[in-house]
Order: sequence, then structure tokens, then C-alpha cells
Amino acid sequence: MPQSTSIDWFPLWLSLRVAALATIIVVTLGTACAYLLSHKQFRGKNLFDSLITLPLVLPPTVLGYYLLVVIGRASPVGHFYESITGAPLVFTWQAAVIAATIHSAPIYIKAARAVLESVDYRFEWAAQSLGATEWRTFWRVTLPLARRGLSSLGTLAFARSLGDFGVTIMVAGNIPGRTQTLSVAIYDAVESGNGHVARILVLVVSAGALCLLWAAAHFSRGSRLTTAG
Amino acid sequence: MGGGPFLTGFAIDYGRMNGTPEPIVEARLVKRLPPEQDSDGFELNVHLRTGPGITVLFGSSGAGKTLTLNCVAGFARPDEGRILVRGEIYFDATTQVHIPPRRRRCGYIFQDHALFPHMTVRENLRFAASVALVDKKRPLLQRRRVNELLELFELGELAARTPAQLSGGQKQRAALARVLAGDPRLLLLDEPTRGLDARLRSTFYDVLQRTRERLDIPVLLVTHDLEECFQLADFVCLMDRGRFLQAGSRETVFAKPASVEVARMMGIHNIIPAEIAVLDPGRNGSRLAVLDSFLDGPYLPGHLIGDRGWLCVREHEMKVGTEKNPATTNQLAVRVLTTSPVAAGVRVHFEGDLCVSVSESDWQEFRGNERLWIEIPRSAIYFIG
Repeated sequence: MPQSTSIDWFPLWLSLRVAALATIIVVTLGTACAYLLSHKQFRGKNLFDSLITLPLVLPPTVLGYYLLVVIGRASPVGHFYESITGAPLVFTWQAAVIAATIHSAPIYIKAARAVLESVDYRFEWAAQSLGATEWRTFWRVTLPLARRGLSSLGTLAFARSLGDFGVTIMVAGNIPGRTQTLSVAIYDAVESGNGHVARILVLVVSAGALCLLWAAAHFSRGSRLTTAG
Repeated sequence: MGGGPFLTGFAIDYGRMNGTPEPIVEARLVKRLPPEQDSDGFELNVHLRTGPGITVLFGSSGAGKTLTLNCVAGFARPDEGRILVRGEIYFDATTQVHIPPRRRRCGYIFQDHALFPHMTVRENLRFAASVALVDKKRPLLQRRRVNELLELFELGELAARTPAQLSGGQKQRAALARVLAGDPRLLLLDEPTRGLDARLRSTFYDVLQRTRERLDIPVLLVTHDLEECFQLADFVCLMDRGRFLQAGSRETVFAKPASVEVARMMGIHNIIPAEIAVLDPGRNGSRLAVLDSFLDGPYLPGHLIGDRGWLCVREHEMKVGTEKNPATTNQLAVRVLTTSPVAAGVRVHFEGDLCVSVSESDWQEFRGNERLWIEIPRSAIYFIG
């Protein structure tokens, strides 16, 4: 019994916070990217699509390395961030948010593109021929019709953000009480032979993931609305 | 459809529309679609001129009807040409003008209506009224217009329903009401009665005719249904493989098809080879050699004796009998080949590619005869050279 009191729940809260922020970023920017890919023709579209897919195939260490280069203290981005906040970006929980975003964005964007493409174009044409701007058509027609599909994907993106390990440990490190997320904490517990903590955290992660998958399946029901007729 | 004051929110410029000789829509369109895996290339090349009233683009599927509509609405960009609607340029290839669909004010009714499924009928109309270019910032006027349209199209009790809860005919009325809420300059209808039964079709024709009488908005309607074309059209453009075969008033196109192809599209089944044997301008008559006999017809200006062509006769203008009618000379004795059942009775197919539909009771009288006499009145004879 006394063992259970020694579990530090900070990684769980940190992971939830990181995943929530990453999901907000992914859903906002990801939906915009998915809309561009599904509705626009532009030069370099295939290259853009490939760049978005790249994190899916690259090893986490490679991604982490790139991120360290891009957001490190010596980089323009890192320098800019430090000049505003007064502290470096790497090895903070904010860096973990970036890592989680990179981890879940590709899958979200790819699937969201398919969801947006599945909205019957005639609804969008109807809105436009009535006089609606593209912006208004998106908010009043496309998005409501894609809402269920995108909610389901948002839930999956949250689940995926929760589970990032490789990139997070590269750019946010493993600082207990500051940047140690759930998956890093499990790794840490196994490494240090603390099987009891590892077991409990693994169960928590598994149960959470199961709930999220169930929620995603629930959201994706009824997406028949997206076709005319 | 009730009476009373109609659509006070509308600002219709009747003065410009009535009695103006210039066309309301004038479109020269050339649009090429590259060959794809499942289709050869396609080229649309038409010159569309429409006046007030209903213009029907008629043709089989794949003729380019919907593509023409999409070009006018702005959803397809022609490769060459120019589109003018009431003198305003919507598209011009040489000056690279392409007005976006939202600024063209074309009330487009799509196949399957495309009512927004996540909105109620009232919300669909409100959306249309709120995004329309006119009266954008006058919510009271918009609300009034929506209410008037709901009443006009008998949608008042259905206003709180979503499209999924409406029947086919109700959806159609809602779709028409929605485009009218946007105060369009032109109505574009893409096979609006597809999938509806005969009764609902006729109700829709009625609604459309009344709308047209009250609002005087020109309509461009796409269909492959001959009956629909005949019922609704003031002006017909016959399309085939991206071209207009013939364009003109309904009466002209139906009575005087310009080619055998058009005659077939107009539902004339009896097209038989004929040769001009006699031309008599004095008596305003002609004599045609058809299937080893002669038929008297009207004078055929612009033709010469010996010209070969095709005789076109509509089924309902021919009379069938078991014996020769001594009162007339325009008769052919033809051998019966086969019969097939049709809604009105029996269609009898004769030698020489002739066919006539007769009632079931008449057929009982005729059956057993190897040959029957077909009478073709002089007025029914139409020759295509």
C-alpha cells in the first residue's frame, strides 16, 4: 500500500495539458492545411503534401534533431522566443507541445483532407451561387458538414499527442516535475526498475486511449450528412 | 400557391426586361476537357442566346448541358468565349475577366436540390437571404422575404423541418424558394425533376410556371426528358456531343427539326427514306416516292426534283386501318413485322422502319392481318433534305 502513495501524478497532468494544447494547434492549423489541400490548386501542392507527410516516416530522433536545430537557442526561432519570454524554448514543456503537435499533425491533416473532400461539392457550390464568400461557405456549410468527422479526428489527434515519446525526449528532455510527460515517465520508471509505477501508468495510458478511441468512433457516426440527396 | 401581395422585398427591374430585343444571356463557350481513363476528350462549343422565359437545354447525358450551366454559373471556366448576362460581362477570355460565382446572382438548383442538411428549411432560406448581394445589411427585410417565400411555396408548416424530413416535392419547393430568397437575375435548373413521379413533376411544372409568371426571371433548364422539354420550354437548344444541333422557339424545333438527328431527339420514330418525284409550286404541293408508292405533301421550297432525303411523320398523326380509305390517296400498304406493348396499348412495327401506337381495342380488330393500311395526312408530311 505505501508504494501507491509514491506515484507522482505530475506527468499525467503535464501530458494532458501538452496534448490539449497540441490538439488545439493541430485542429486549427491542420484543418486550414487540409482545406488548402482539398480545395485549392497551387504550385508546389505535392511538395507541400509530402512535407506534411514526412514526420510520419522519419525516425523520431531525426525529427527531434531537426526540431533542436530549428528551435534551439542559436536558431532565429529560438532566439526570437527567448527575446520575448526571457527563457529558452528547448527543454521546457512548451517544447513538448511542439513535439506533440509534430507527432499528431500529419495523420490529422491527411485524414481531415479526406473528410473535407467527402463533403459534397454541390453544397459549397449552392452556398457560393447564393452569394456566400468562400470564408462564409467554409464556416456555415463545409465545417458543419465535416464536424463529426473532424471531431473524431481531433480526438484521435489528442490520443496521439498524449503518447509521443521520441521527439519529446529529444527537445523537452526528461526533467521530473517540469518536462517529464507520461510516456517519458513510464520509460523512466522501467529504466529505474520501478515496475509498480510503470504498471499503473501503463494501465492509465491504455484505459485513456481506449476511451478516446471509443469517443472517436462515436463522433464519426452519422457522417452520412455530407452527401447531397 | 396563394395570391396577395408578392415579395415586397424584391427589387425587380421590369422595365429593362420587358420588350428588350437583346438577349438576356449571351454566351459563346468553348471548353475542352482532356481525355481521361474512362472517357475520350470532350469539347463544348456553343453559342447560347436566351430571352425571357424558359430556355431548355435538351439532350442525352454527356451532351454538355450541365457543363454549359456550370460555365454560366461560374463553376467551370471556359477556355475561350464570353458570357454576358443583361449586358454585364461575367466572363471574357480575351480580357481575362472571370466574375466569381457568388457575384453572378445565378439561382442554381442542383440535381438532388443540395439543400443544406444541417439547417432547417427556414435556416436554408435565411442563409440565402443573408448572403445575397442585395439588402445584405437589412435583416428585417430578409426576414420578411423569407416569410413571404415560405408562405408562397406552402412551406410554412415545414419551416422547422430539416431537408431529410421532407418529401421529394417539398424539397423541390424549398430549393426553389431558397434560390429566390437570394433575388437571382437568372435561374439555372439542372434536371430538377429527376427521380420524381409523374404527379410531382406536373406539380413542379405548375410551381415553376407560376414563379416565372410572377417574377419574370429568365430560366435556363437542363433536361433529357422530352415531355418536360415540351411542357416547359419557350425556347429549346438541342445539344449533342458539345454542340447545338438546333436552337429556336419550341414550336419551330418541334415542328421543323433541322436534321434527322434532331427529329429522332424530338421523338419522331418514323423517319423513312424518300425522294422528291414532283414539285408543283402552282398548287403549293409535292409528291414523294416512299416505299414503292407516292405520297402527296406540301411544296418544298429550296429542293429540286430527284432530291433524296427523309420523310418524318409523328406516330400520332398516322391512322391505321385494315382497308384502303377511298377518300384519300395518301396511304401505304405495309406489312406488319412485330408488336410491343406500350403504356397506351400496342406499338405495331411495320416494314420500312415504320411504327404506330394503337389502342388495345383497335389492335384486337387489326390482329391477324398480314398487311395494314397507314394513312399519312398531307399536313403531317415533313421532308428533311
